[in-house]
Amino acid sequence: VAYLCFYSVQLSNMLAAIIMLIFICFCVHFQNTAGQFFSSGHTNNWAVLVCTSRFWFNYRHVANTLSVYRSVKRLGIPDSHIVLMLADDMACNHRNPKPATVFSHRNMELNVYGDDVEVDYRGYEVTVENFLRVLTGRLPPSTPRSKRLLSDDRSNILIYLTGHGGNGFLKFQDSEEISNVELADAFEQMWQKRRYNELLFIIDTCQGASMYERFYSPNIMALASSQVGEDSLSHQPDLAIGVHLMDRYTFYLLEFLEDIHPASKSNMNDLFKVCPKSQCVSTPGHRTDLFLRDPGSVLITDFFGSVRKVEITMEAIHLTDPILQLEDGEEVQEKTYSYVDQLPVSEIIHQKPKQKDWHPPDGFILGLWTLILLVFFKTYGIKHLKHIF
Amino acid sequence: MHSYFWLLIGRWEATEVDEAALGDSAADKLGVRASDTFVLTPTPQPKDDFQEELVIRPLHSGDIYASFQFRTLWETDFMRENKVSHYRLFPKSLGQVISKFSVRELHISFTQGYWRTMQWGQPFLPSPPGAELWVWFQDSVTDVDAAWKELTNVLSGIFCASLNFIDSTNTVQPSASFKPLGIVNETDHRFLRYATLPREIVCTENLTPWKKLLPCGSKAGLAVLLKSEKLFHSSFFSQTVHIRPVCQDRECKTTSWELRQTLNVVFDLHTSGQGKREWSLFKMFSRTLTEACPLASSSKIYIDVTDNPQEEYFELSPATPLLSQAVVLGDRRTFSVYDLTQQVTFGTVRSLNLLIRWKSTEGDMLRPLLHAERYVAGYGLQTGEIHTVMYNNHPFRSFPVLLLDSVPWYLRLYIHTLTVTSKGKDNTPSYIHYQPSKDRMRPHLLEMLVQLPPHSVTEVTVQFERALLKWTEYTPDPNHGFYVGSSVISALVPSSVAMDTNITQEQPLFSSFFPCKEESSYFVRVYTEPLLVNLPTPDFSMPYNVICLTCTVVAVGYGSLYNLLTRSFQIEEPNPRLAKKIANFIRRIRGVPLLS
Repeated sequence: VAYLCFYSVQLSNMLAAIIMLIFICFCVHFQNTAGQFFSSGHTNNWAVLVCTSRFWFNYRHVANTLSVYRSVKRLGIPDSHIVLMLADDMACNHRNPKPATVFSHRNMELNVYGDDVEVDYRGYEVTVENFLRVLTGRLPPSTPRSKRLLSDDRSNILIYLTGHGGNGFLKFQDSEEISNVELADAFEQMWQKRRYNELLFIIDTCQGASMYERFYSPNIMALASSQVGEDSLSHQPDLAIGVHLMDRYTFYLLEFLEDIHPASKSNMNDLFKVCPKSQCVSTPGHRTDLFLRDPGSVLITDFFGSVRKVEITMEAIHLTDPILQLEDGEEVQEKTYSYVDQLPVSEIIHQKPKQKDWHPPDGFILGLWTLILLVFFKTYGIKHLKHIF
Repeated sequence: MHSYFWLLIGRWEATEVDEAALGDSAADKLGVRASDTFVLTPTPQPKDDFQEELVIRPLHSGDIYASFQFRTLWETDFMRENKVSHYRLFPKSLGQVISKFSVRELHISFTQGYWRTMQWGQPFLPSPPGAELWVWFQDSVTDVDAAWKELTNVLSGIFCASLNFIDSTNTVQPSASFKPLGIVNETDHRFLRYATLPREIVCTENLTPWKKLLPCGSKAGLAVLLKSEKLFHSSFFSQTVHIRPVCQDRECKTTSWELRQTLNVVFDLHTSGQGKREWSLFKMFSRTLTEACPLASSSKIYIDVTDNPQEEYFELSPATPLLSQAVVLGDRRTFSVYDLTQQVTFGTVRSLNLLIRWKSTEGDMLRPLLHAERYVAGYGLQTGEIHTVMYNNHPFRSFPVLLLDSVPWYLRLYIHTLTVTSKGKDNTPSYIHYQPSKDRMRPHLLEMLVQLPPHSVTEVTVQFERALLKWTEYTPDPNHGFYVGSSVISALVPSSVAMDTNITQEQPLFSSFFPCKEESSYFVRVYTEPLLVNLPTPDFSMPYNVICLTCTVVAVGYGSLYNLLTRSFQIEEPNPRLAKKIANFIRRIRGVPLLS
């Protein structure tokens, strides 16, 4: 009997194990199909797009930034999640033969400025200090929401910089520079404050690769349009507008992004192949050693698009009480209102001068009087006080 | 991982709450006494009203002036304790701004271009180039400056403009100008703030949020015509927002809040019109109208045909039987009216494209009675003189004007050199208010009440000296120059026609903006040009040059001196010949002393 019992126990154990195995296989199968939705771990997307050059002949930098803005908006990131910084106004510039437009292709084929653009930082507001404040989140309390980067630890952020640069720096507005060390430290601050989940950094300037050399925070992938010692070149001029319209790297990047739609499965390896040396003349570079995932498994839309994940919960939610509208009693006002005279001449002429607010005396005045009093009492002695006053 | 466990085994159940279930037990659960009245009727809608209109005035130079006005009236009280939460036609962003900052009146305008009064006449609503903001706060505000600072930041986010550059260095508190345009109990100028940013650029990013404030957006009604590519290709573009409390009716026992959004644009004959004196809605805006805004109680287009009574100058098609007269800017004008709420306006093609075709180019323009100019005289980068010239073109009447000048601190005005002359003689102002500037804190404020004699030119001159700024205070492009904001001239101009002193709802919007207290004159505000002044600019590459030069000099000088002091000199043997070299080599191997 014991032998049979033992045998039955063994059988039941094996049965339990088999059931468990089937159950796990079931779950794993579900994981694989649903896994595609949840593999990247981010829940929202942000973009910070900066053009750092001023003056009309730097039209192409504004066109670069606006073409990335256009692609990012088209793929789903809303304006509230995009911080767009343009250092100068090209669209309504008086030199622009077609106002309210910024073109990226010759013969004015594509207007990247569009009809519903929202520029958050414009003109003189684009400074190194404001850029770093936006990244780190240390803004004055009265800054409006559209000017803040309100990302959290599950945000994927795309940062795009363009302008004139050199080995280790990027020039802002022809008057100041940001160095690669500062940028790396800003990203480290963001990492320590958990302000991003993953970060894609794209830079289109001369010697752009020098800007990502110093990064040391995890989960950053960087692309640049040229290596150290090389210049990024502009693409094509338009004879009617009179300036170069785009830079080569961003031009081919825009062409690549035009083929992407919100459901496409292209990954980062395709992005690294954009603009080879034959088209770009400079050698684009990239850096993925800080990134934890394999670039081949990272979708383009993880950074350029805004695919929202939905988490379903079974908790019950208690709604608040409906708002009671109190009935206001009908009060008949006896007072009659009226408009004010816009230019009351007699009133103005006889206006009393404004009473200046009394301020306590300045420190200088106080010190002067103290000195005078000290000298006085030193000379004449305290006992003479009652004779003087 | 856990979420798809719920997918497998959970179900989403909807629970419905209906009135019957809210018995005593439910009320107890929600913590409410059963004796309270629990009304689930929809909240009563506050009464609001939206009107839109477009006025087109052909100008004598061949240009065309189009003015859009959108007005939302709302009977509500933003200042009461429980916050207003149900917004219908009134935009929520502005409503929250009004209640949070206790704003009584708000006027903001963004303008590109300068209004040429002599060629175009007076605008319906004037505005200076750049951005201008003036606000009256409620009497309950304790710290007006702090509220002003926060308000400018919030508005810069709403309108995508750099209004956050408004700070104490360009804000003034006028003492007599800018009286409230709405209902008010008393006017204490401590609650008024005025600032202008002449450098501000206006482009599509300012138009987009402005359009979003309209109830119909840019999808229906007159706002369909607002396409940025055509609007910014013009000689003058201005968009404004005005919020103020107004009388509801003639008795004026209750007030309601009025939001007016206006857009003024002047299209140039040559750039937009291709040189042909023929204008249509499609040529101006590249769109035609197909319907009125469904939320609007009135939607009309007015074409100014006063100069064209028998159709001798221009021809208007499609013809309309509606004519209306209005007294605006001291003159009685006749308008052809198109009512977009009537389906017959759109005809059989279901779209309205107005066409104005000129037949002859005769005709004189009504000369504006008041206009002003301003310029900087002098030479060099140290001193200069600001001249403000005001023209009174009325043949026999004189009238008073109030001149407001706000000059930045870096132009140091010498007020003892202030002169006001009319017709060559001195003209003493009856009221002067001057607030001197404080370096880096406050600008100059000069307000004067001057009586302009009839048919005369009055010139106000003041000398100034330019200051040297600190090197961090210069803009990235300092050689462009620094802007000085426009002067504001407020005047009561005598009118040739009796003005209507009752502001009622029946008047068209463009004629009922400025409240009118007397019949014989109307209020007008004229802005001069902004000035562009060059300040002495340092050479910003000099710190770099100085560092390079100094380091080079120090390196060369110190290096040479160090070498001279510490190095010892030796005489060097010339190179030995080959035979001697081989001999020395063999000797070295043998260990024998070398040859010399």
